Amino acid sequence: MESKNVEKTAPVKGRPKTAECRRYDTVIGLEVHIELSTKTKIFCGCSTKFGALPNTQTCPVCTGMPGSLPVLNKKVVEYAIALGLATNCRINQRTLFDRKNYFYPDNPQDYQISQLYEPICLDGYLEIAQDEGEKRGSSTASENKTGGGTSTVCKKATKTIRIHEMHMEEDAGKLTHDESEGISLVDYNRSGVPLIEIVSEPDMETAEEVIAYLEKLRMICLYLGISDCKLQEGSMRVDVNLSVKEAGSDILGTRTEMKNLNSFKAITRAIAAERERQIALLESGEKVEQETRRWDDTAGASYSMRSKEDSKDYRYFPEPDVMPVVISDAWIEEIKQRQPEFKEEKAARFEREYGIPAYDADILTQSRHLASLFEETATLSGQPKKTANWFMGELFRIIKETGKEPEEFTFSPKHAADLIVAVEEGKINQAGAKEVFAKVVLEDIEPLSYMEQHGLMSLSDEGALQAAIEEVIAENGAIVEEYRSGKDKVFGFLVGQVMKKTKGKADPGKVNELLKRNL
Amino acid sequence: MITINDTDLKKAELLAKLSIEPEKRERTMAEMEKLFGYVEKLKKVDTTGVEPLAHTSEITKENRFRRDEVTNPDGAEGTLFNAPAKKDGQFVVPKTV
Repeated sequence: MESKNVEKTAPVKGRPKTAECRRYDTVIGLEVHIELSTKTKIFCGCSTKFGALPNTQTCPVCTGMPGSLPVLNKKVVEYAIALGLATNCRINQRTLFDRKNYFYPDNPQDYQISQLYEPICLDGYLEIAQDEGEKRGSSTASENKTGGGTSTVCKKATKTIRIHEMHMEEDAGKLTHDESEGISLVDYNRSGVPLIEIVSEPDMETAEEVIAYLEKLRMICLYLGISDCKLQEGSMRVDVNLSVKEAGSDILGTRTEMKNLNSFKAITRAIAAERERQIALLESGEKVEQETRRWDDTAGASYSMRSKEDSKDYRYFPEPDVMPVVISDAWIEEIKQRQPEFKEEKAARFEREYGIPAYDADILTQSRHLASLFEETATLSGQPKKTANWFMGELFRIIKETGKEPEEFTFSPKHAADLIVAVEEGKINQAGAKEVFAKVVLEDIEPLSYMEQHGLMSLSDEGALQAAIEEVIAENGAIVEEYRSGKDKVFGFLVGQVMKKTKGKADPGKVNELLKRNL
Repeated sequence: MITINDTDLKKAELLAKLSIEPEKRERTMAEMEKLFGYVEKLKKVDTTGVEPLAHTSEITKENRFRRDEVTNPDGAEGTLFNAPAKKDGQFVVPKTV
C-alpha cells in the first residue's frame, strides 16, 4: 500500500530557520507499543520465545481457526496494572476487549482483539525533565546497553506529559517479502504475543521531550521487568503524531502519523523532517493531509502510506469471546505492594545513603540489575565511591565490549567487593586488579586465591622488599649519593628501580617507606 | 428507511476486500438495506436505564484467566495443514506491500 501517493520530501539538514521557529509550534503525541515478556501469548498457551522456526509456536487460537476460543493470560492483566500504577493511571476496574476489523495476511482472524471502549488504564501522566534551550540539538539519549539516558543529573524543571489511556492487545504475525518470486511469506509465531499500547496526549513540543518521555517509559518497563523495550528489535514501537500550528494559536493543525521509527535517532530525524514538510506545505498555501506516513531513515524522508480514501474504518465492536475483566481493589493493592523502587527514587537514595555523586547514581541505576549488584558490592566493600568507579569504568567497558545484556552478569558481589578491598589495601596494583576484575565479572572467580595462584599479589612482605631495595642501593651507588647530598628528585628513580626488580608487584607505599628508611 | 447506493457498496467492498459481480450488485444492495433496516428497528427500542451488557456471562462477575504457562506443543503441522501454498514452513501469499 505504500506505493500509492508517493510524495518524497527532501532530507532536512540542520535546524529550522529562526523565522519559522517563531511562527510555528510543533505539537506531538505518541502511540507506543511494548511487547510484553510473558512466557505465553495473550489468549493461548503458545510460547512467545523469540527466534523459533516459523509457525512452530502456533495453535488454532492464534491462527484464527473457526471454533477456537481465546482465554486471557492473567499475567498480561497484571503487567498492565503494574505499568498503569507506575504511570499514575486510574485502573479501570471493569475492562473489556473489542474487535478491530481489518484484512491483511499478518492477521489470520481478520480482526485484532484490542480494547477501545473500556481500556484497562486511563488518565495517567509522566514527569519528564524540561527541555532547555542550550540542550537542543545535542543527542540526549544514547542507545547503548547501559543506557546513558536523558540528563536527569542536573536538577531542572519538569514537564508533565499526560497519558490518555493504555490498552492490552495482541500482536500480528510477521510477513517477509520474497522480491525475486513476487510472493510474501507468513509466520504466525508472533500472532497473539501480548502488547500494551500507551497513548499519550499531544503534550510534547520537541524531539528532546519525546526522547525523554520514551526513556522514562522504557526505564519503568525495564524496572518492572515487563518488557525489554528494544526499538531495533520491535519490542518497543513508536508512532509519532505530529502537527504544526501558528505560534500561540489555540487551533491545532492537521496531524500526520509517522510509522517505522526504529531508533531514537530515527525518531529525532523524523520529527525534524515532518515539521519542516508541514511548514513548507502551509507556507506555500497548501494543506496538510491527515494520513499515515512511513519513515525511511536511510533516505531521511517519509512516504504517504495510506490515502485519505482508504482511511481507517475498523468497525470496532465488543469482543464476544473474551469475558469482561473485573479488577478488585484487593488485586490492585497486591500489585502496588509488589512495585519495585524505580530508577529515580533509587538514584536519589544511592546519592543519600552511599554519598556518591548524582552523576554516578544516575548512571548506576540505568539497569535495575546492575544497580542491585552495585548496592551489594558497595555495602560489602564499604567503599561506595570506589565501587561506583569500578562499575562505571571497567564493568561498563566490559558490557560494551562483550555486547552482553546487563542481566547476563551474575557474579557474586562478595567477589567484586573482595577485590576492591584488596586494591585499597595495596595488595594488588591497578593493572593486575583490572585483569582480576574482568575475571570476577565474567567468570565469577574468587579474587584472592586467583591473585595468589597467578602471582598478582603485591610484595608487601618486608623481607622480600628489603632484599630488592638493598640490591638497588648496591647497584646505583652514584645516584644514592646524589640523593644523600640533597637531590630529592632522584628518589622517584630509585622507587622505579625497586618496582622493576619486583616486576611491578611491590606495594608502592611500602617501597617508599622502606627505601627512605634504608637511605 | 436507509438506502444503500453504489458508493456505499464500493466502500463496503473496499473494507471487506471483496468484489461483488455486476449482476449481483442490485440484489446485494437490497439485502444490505434490509439489514440496516433491522438495526434501525432495534434502535427504536427504549433502553433508558438499561446498563449495557458486554457479555451474557457477565453476571457471574468472576474472571476467567489462563496461567502464563506454555501448554501448546509445536503446532506448525496443524497450522499449515490446509495451506494452499507453503514455503520454508510458512504460508505463501501474494506479495503484499
